[in-house]
Amino acid sequence: MTRLLAALAIIMSAIAAQAEEVTTYTLDNGMDVVVIEDNRAPVVVHMLWYKVGSADEPVGSSGVAHFLEHLLFKATDVLESGEFSATVAANGGRDNAFTSYDYTAYFQRVAADRLELMMQMESNRMNNLRITEEDVATERQVILEERNQRTENNPNALAREQFRAAQFQNHRYGVPIIGWKHEMEQLDRQDALDFYDLYYSPNNAILVVAGDVKPDEVLALAKTYYGVIPPEDQLPVRERSQEPPQSAERRITYVDERVSQPYLVRSYLAPERDPGAQLEAAALVYLAELLGGSPFTSALGQALQFDTQTAIYTNASYSGSWLDDATFSFAVVPSEGVTLSEAETAMDEVISAFMEGTIDPGRMESIRTQLRASEIYALDNVQGLAQRYGAALTQSLTIADVQAWPDVLQAVTEDDIKAVAAKVLNRDQSVTGWVVSNQEEAR
Amino acid sequence: MLRIFVAIFLTLLSTMARAEIDIKQVTSPGGINAWVVEEPSIPFVARELRFRGGASLDLSGKRGATNLMTALLEEGSGDMAAQEFQAKLEDLAASFSFRAYDDTISVSARFLTENKEEVVALLRQALIAPRFDQDALDRVRAQVISGIASDAKRPNSIASATFNTAAFGSHPYGSATDGTVESVGALTQQDMFDAHRNALVQDRLYVSVVGDTTAETVGALLDDLLGDLPQEGPPLPDDVAFGLDGGVTVVDFETPQAVAFFGHSGIKRDDDDFFAAFIINHVLGAGGFESRLMTEVREKRGLTYGISSFLVPKFHAEMMLGTVASSNETIAEAIDVTRNEWARMAQDGMTSEELATAKTYLTGEYPLRFDGNAEIAKIMVAMQVIGLTPDYVVDRNAFIEAVTLEDVNRVAAELLRPEDLHFVVVGQPVGLESTQ
Repeated sequence: MTRLLAALAIIMSAIAAQAEEVTTYTLDNGMDVVVIEDNRAPVVVHMLWYKVGSADEPVGSSGVAHFLEHLLFKATDVLESGEFSATVAANGGRDNAFTSYDYTAYFQRVAADRLELMMQMESNRMNNLRITEEDVATERQVILEERNQRTENNPNALAREQFRAAQFQNHRYGVPIIGWKHEMEQLDRQDALDFYDLYYSPNNAILVVAGDVKPDEVLALAKTYYGVIPPEDQLPVRERSQEPPQSAERRITYVDERVSQPYLVRSYLAPERDPGAQLEAAALVYLAELLGGSPFTSALGQALQFDTQTAIYTNASYSGSWLDDATFSFAVVPSEGVTLSEAETAMDEVISAFMEGTIDPGRMESIRTQLRASEIYALDNVQGLAQRYGAALTQSLTIADVQAWPDVLQAVTEDDIKAVAAKVLNRDQSVTGWVVSNQEEAR
Repeated sequence: MLRIFVAIFLTLLSTMARAEIDIKQVTSPGGINAWVVEEPSIPFVARELRFRGGASLDLSGKRGATNLMTALLEEGSGDMAAQEFQAKLEDLAASFSFRAYDDTISVSARFLTENKEEVVALLRQALIAPRFDQDALDRVRAQVISGIASDAKRPNSIASATFNTAAFGSHPYGSATDGTVESVGALTQQDMFDAHRNALVQDRLYVSVVGDTTAETVGALLDDLLGDLPQEGPPLPDDVAFGLDGGVTVVDFETPQAVAFFGHSGIKRDDDDFFAAFIINHVLGAGGFESRLMTEVREKRGLTYGISSFLVPKFHAEMMLGTVASSNETIAEAIDVTRNEWARMAQDGMTSEELATAKTYLTGEYPLRFDGNAEIAKIMVAMQVIGLTPDYVVDRNAFIEAVTLEDVNRVAAELLRPEDLHFVVVGQPVGLESTQ
């Protein structure tokens, strides 16, 4: 035991010396700029994040944030349709974009000396999109096929969609990012342009540049290309309908012949990381690890997969990266011959036992070490670091919050975990979903 | 006596970027080779091992044995049962990954510099002295069987499995590496020991290490880590001819979007025309948004979210394949357009502009791949498995540049044979039926 602690102390002191090199600026028009320097390879990742996602969409237009993301690869006043990506490729780079509930982001990964060209093109499409009715009609078919591929063809994704709709009854987190099919079919050019005109502006954007660059050179380029774009003075305050307190348990059963194996999911509304207040979120990271992180050492894994053969898979998961409410969730896939009802009872017994028992200090130390090490491993992936900052800043966190997060995680105590567990793991604030191939399995 | 006999300083040059990577080749006193890149700036190490053979070494009637054995390497070894082993690994904040593929077993390890002795000892134990405890075997078997059941209801898996069985029959390439419910259900502890003995052998081993270490340190550890593995394994399977003729096979499955998996025979990795084929595939269907298939099937017609083609030069057979998914109502049109594009490239080839653009992309993108310890380790071990030398990293872009328009157009006519394309379509496609 003593030897182990000594070894850990050495690890920590070494790890503490490591951190990414981050420089930040704010342009006069309100645009934030984050530069992460990593000179190991002559590569740069240029990412532009907009503080708008599917949860900011107007009623009846679900999917418009993601639809617009697709349309940004069409023509602008100076670029032909498709020319953006073709130019990136002609320069040996890759580009893409992604949309989530809280953000929409565009990125290119290129040789470091091509950064200026990327900024020139990306800043151009912030305000100068020229989409045609034909673009809209064709691309709408593409997003409907995307929905087919991601969701309609996948019973687990359909179940997840129903599940989130049950979890969030007043917040837009209950509406799928890609959109409900019947609303996607109605999305038109004006829907996309209205969303674009309102939200795509420098005072609603964050530029993250990561890789083999010098911060002052990035700033100079950012001023040249983004700094000249006027801010949007009509930009609305980001206020969304929030979830009311939940006071009754919800249950759903999703039946689909394509389900190969029955399983259950339970989720609870949970606090997210907030500016200057990340402790509960940090404690929930530990709670997920303790209850259902590694199948070999977590409470659910040990009880349901090792001590008994109740389940072939168990998991607890939590992410604090949300602008509004997060969720804390469990999943259990029962073993052959075990019913969902039996598996759910076994899961609840593990949760109850955890609430009543004490937390093993050895497990706490192990999780702390792994979290510290994950900061070192994260340095190997500069695009991952860029993503960490971009996402956090769209979700109301500050650079200081992002940089404090590893320390907040290290400071979590057993009492913090017990307190947040008592607050979050309340069946009255939960949704339980059973996913089965026929009613017979829903027992 | 440790020999570090080559130390090449490689400068990757392209029109776009210049990456520098210093690959050292080290041979241990026991004769085990490794490629090492010393990168001290982050205090961790990424280590990759590959064993040629993989699931193709499954014995007759034991399909899935190599896969299950590989999954069990992290489930107990030496004097530690599964939970003890994993708890120790977690305490050290290290991670191991063991995976079986058609022709290889991959072992990936990531660990902090401070813990390297302890972690390497655990890795050694997992590779040399796995226990294959009956309870671990039964537990992991149930997980594998659950995965097999999922694959049987997933359109993409059904499509590729149907295609592979039709193309390769009883050769290992004709069935999934996971095995079947029956074959996996019958596997015993002894089968695990046999699969381990046959698959993890020194003369089919490749090693790369990148990170906060030195070639000397790596070389000195190689014999201890791997020297107790048997020297040789059983013979590898024979090469197999691609046995599927042109046509369509429809697999009825109730789902809104049909999934097509298609292809015909391809080209060997060591063929003189491989780079011409590589460029053809890029322009036709591998170049993301810029490829002809994406332009025609997605951008112009909105028939799909994604379509791509790929060259698959395996050790015992080679294929050119593709996938596309489209609604049951539109998949027939997507397939028509795909066939037409295949024919157009075969007949007319590409333009000199397309060739130039593809070369610019491919040569510019190559150095950008070397952007992390884990990435570099994976690239280096993959190079060794297919018989490349370190200087390939320098020469590779010259191979691309050397391809002429005449080359690509000649090779396109040979490689792309639209009449030989076989489409396996899973769904309920409108206007499409199986050919005889």
